[in-house]
Amino acid sequence: MDFFHVLVVLLESTIRVSVPLLFAALAGLFTERAGVFDIGLEGKMLGAAFAAGAVAAVTQSVWAGLLAAILVSVLLSLVHGYASITQRGNQIVSGVAINFIVAGSTVILGEAWFRQGGRTPALADGARFQTISLPEADVIREVPFLGPIYADLLSGHFLLTYIAFAMVPASWWVLYRTRFGLRLRAVGENPGAVDTAGISVIWLRYRAVICCGILCGFAGAYLSLAMTAGFVKGMTAGKGYIALAALIFAKWRPVNIMFACLLFGFLDALAIRLQGTPLPLVGQVPVQFMQALPYILTVILLAGFIGKAIPPKAGGVPYVKER
Amino acid sequence: MDDIAIELRGIDKSFGLVHANKDINLKVRKGTIHGIIGENGAGKSTLMSILYGFYQADRGEILVCGKQVSIRDPNTAISVGIGMVHQHFMLVENFTVLENVMLGAEDSQILNKGINKARQELKRLEKEYALEVNPDALIEELPVGLQQRVEILKALYRRADILILDEPTGVLTPAEADHLFRILGQLKAQGKTIILITHKLREIMAITDEVSVMRRGEMVATRTTRETTVEELAELMVGRRVLLRVQKGEAKPGDVKLAVQGLTVKDSRGVTMVDDVSFEVRAGEIVGIAGVAGNGQSELLEAIAGIRRATSGTVLLNGRSVDVTGHRDPAELRARGLAHVPEDRHHVGLVLKFEESENAILGYHNDPRYLNGVFLDIDAIRKDAEEKIAKYDIRPPNARLKTANFSGGNQQKIVLAREMERGPDVLIIGQPTRGVDVGAIEFIHKRIIEMRDQGKAVLLVSVELDEIRSLSDRILVMFAGRVVGERSPEASEGELGLLMAGVEGRKEAAG
Repeated sequence: MDFFHVLVVLLESTIRVSVPLLFAALAGLFTERAGVFDIGLEGKMLGAAFAAGAVAAVTQSVWAGLLAAILVSVLLSLVHGYASITQRGNQIVSGVAINFIVAGSTVILGEAWFRQGGRTPALADGARFQTISLPEADVIREVPFLGPIYADLLSGHFLLTYIAFAMVPASWWVLYRTRFGLRLRAVGENPGAVDTAGISVIWLRYRAVICCGILCGFAGAYLSLAMTAGFVKGMTAGKGYIALAALIFAKWRPVNIMFACLLFGFLDALAIRLQGTPLPLVGQVPVQFMQALPYILTVILLAGFIGKAIPPKAGGVPYVKER
Repeated sequence: MDDIAIELRGIDKSFGLVHANKDINLKVRKGTIHGIIGENGAGKSTLMSILYGFYQADRGEILVCGKQVSIRDPNTAISVGIGMVHQHFMLVENFTVLENVMLGAEDSQILNKGINKARQELKRLEKEYALEVNPDALIEELPVGLQQRVEILKALYRRADILILDEPTGVLTPAEADHLFRILGQLKAQGKTIILITHKLREIMAITDEVSVMRRGEMVATRTTRETTVEELAELMVGRRVLLRVQKGEAKPGDVKLAVQGLTVKDSRGVTMVDDVSFEVRAGEIVGIAGVAGNGQSELLEAIAGIRRATSGTVLLNGRSVDVTGHRDPAELRARGLAHVPEDRHHVGLVLKFEESENAILGYHNDPRYLNGVFLDIDAIRKDAEEKIAKYDIRPPNARLKTANFSGGNQQKIVLAREMERGPDVLIIGQPTRGVDVGAIEFIHKRIIEMRDQGKAVLLVSVELDEIRSLSDRILVMFAGRVVGERSPEASEGELGLLMAGVEGRKEAAG
C-alpha cells in the first residue's frame, strides 16, 4: 500500500475514534461554559453505553437503545446538577462519585440481567447502527486522489458520526448566536450579572447540564451501538477524561474542540497502526508504549503547548447570593 | 401623593439572628436625588436589595408611584421601572458592552435581530444622556469609570425611571466621581429619580436633594440636604458626636527608617506593576501613598512587606538592606522591626475561622511569651488578647469568639492591635479604614497619629484621598506603577486628583 492509502486509512480511523471524544467534549463545553465543571463525562458516557447496549439487546431496536442512552445520561446529569447547583456541593466530588457509581453498577446490572460477565449480548445488525455510504461512493472511488478521500474517508461512517461533526457548528451557533447561548456563557463568567438581569441562574445551569447529558448519551450510544456491537465493562476506557483534556486544550471553544478531538483521535489511531511495526531508527517499540503514547502526548500538550487556558471565571463555584 | 416615586412602609428583614432592617419607612420624591447614608452594616444595602427584589422583606409594603407592588425578584423590579447599579459591577468581563447591555433583555431567541435594535437604542441613550461608550469594546478593557457607565446604561436600556446606585464612587478617581455626579444631575434633569447609597458625607452634601440616615437597621432621620450639616449627619449616623477632623500636631521627622530605591515589581504575567519607585520614610512621619486602586500601591506594599518578590531594587530597613528580590521572609522582617497591616484583612491579615485570641498573635506565635515549651501557652495568649481588646475597644469583648463574627471595624482593630502593640520601628498600613464604620475610623486615625508621635515611621496606602490628606505629612501619588509626584497635605484635592489620573504626572515627567 502506498503512503497515500495508508494516510487515508489512518485518517478514516482517526474520525472513527474521535467521535465519542467529540460528543463528550461538546457535552462538557455546555456545562463548563455555564460554570458547572463536570469530571463525570466518563461516567455518563459509560452509563449511556450500557443503557444503549442493554435496551437495544432486549428490544432489538437501535432507536430504543439511543433513547435509553440519552435518558440515562440526562438522569445522571441531573444528579450532578442537583448536587452541585441546588445543593451547592463540590462539583469534582459529585463528578467522581458518578464515575464510580456507574463503573460499578453497570457491571452488576449487566451480570444480573444478562449473565455474560458484565457484557450485554452481542447485537444483531438490526439492533445497531449501520454505516452509510454516500451517493455514488463506489463510482467516485476510481477518481484519482479525490476519489479515495470521498469514498473511504468521508463515506462509510455511522449516522452518529455525521451528527457529531454537525454538532460542532450547531454548538457554536447555539452558544454565540442565540439568547440561550449568551446567557449560558454569561452565567459561567458572572452569575451575579445574570441574576440581577432577572434571569434564574439555577434554571439556566440545569438546562446547560441537560444539554451535556444529551450529548453524553450520544457518545455512549456510539460506543455500544456503532463502534462495537454491545456493551463491554469499562468500555469508555478514559475517553471521558481525554474529552475533558480536549476541552481544556481547545480553551472551551467549539471549533477548537473539533480539532483537539481529531488530534487526540489521530494519536490513538496512529498508536494502533504502529503496533508491531518496526520504526526507522528505533526499531520495534513495545505495544504498551504505543498504547500509552496518546496519553503521554496529551500530558505534554496540555502542560506545554497551549499557553494559558483560562476557564470560565465562575466555573466550579456554586452560586450564592451575596449578602 | 403624585410626586412620590417610592414609598416604603414598615419594611422589616432579619437574617437569622441579625435584624438587618427594622420597620423602615421611607419616601423618595420623583425627580430628586435621594441619599441614603449610614455606616457599614447599617442595613442600607439590604434595604436596597429588598427594593430590587434580591431579597424579600419579612414584613412591610413597597409602593412605586403610589401603587402597591410586590417585588419578588429583579424581574419585577425592572418591570416597575427600578434599575440598580451595584457596588461590585454585575458585568460579564469578556463580553462586549453591547452584549452586557442586552443580557436579560434580548427580545428574541435568536440574537441577530435584537443586536441591531440594541445598538440603535444604545446610540439614542448615549446622545440623550451624554453617556458615550464604544458598544463593541470588551468590558475588561474598559477603565472602571466606563464600566460603571455601562451599568447605568444597562438600567436605562431597561427603561428604568428609578436608579439605585450602591456606593458608586468607591472605585473612581475624584475626576471620574465628578463626572458621575454630572451624569446623575443630567438624569435628574430628565426626570429620573435617583437613590444614592454611600457612606461618604461629602457626596451627600454635594449632590443630593434629600438624605435619609440609617443606623443599626433603623431609619433614624430624613433631612433636606440644604438644611443640614456634615456634623449633624455624622452624629446621626454614629449616634454620638464624632470628630471628623483628625487632630494632629507638627511632625518631627528623625532618621530615615525605611528607604526604598528603584523598586520594580512585575506580576506573574510579566506586567510591570511597580516601576522604579524610590522614597524614604523617616521616624516620626507619615508618608501617604495616594492613587486610584490598581496603580501598583498594593504590589509596592506587598514587596516591602516581603510577601511578594520584587524584580529589582533595594529596600533598607533601619539602614540594613532587605533581600526583596530573592528569599522572602516576612517573619524575619517582623523581627527586624517592620509591622504590616495588610490591605486585605480577610485574606492576608486574619484567619476568619480562628478565634480572636489566635488572630491576635498570628505571625508572632513563636514569641516565647506565648509559648510553653513547644506548646502554645493558651492562658498567656488569651490574657494578652484581653489586654488588647480593652485597649483598642474591640467589641464584643470576647477573646474566644470566632473572628468572622466581628464587624469589619473590629476585625481591623484586631489586626492593628497585633501590629502596633509590638512597638515596631516601621509600620506599613494598607487601606486602614476600608469597610470600617465612622466611629472606628476616628479611633484608628488617632492610633496612627499616636504611632507617629511615638517616633515610628509610618507608610500609609489608601484609596481614600481624604484619609491620605488628613493623616499624611507627605503625599506621594502613584499612577501606572510610578510615583508621579510628591505633594504636601495642603495640596488641593483637584491637584492630587489630576496626578492620580496621570494627567499632571506626564507633564512633570516630560518636563
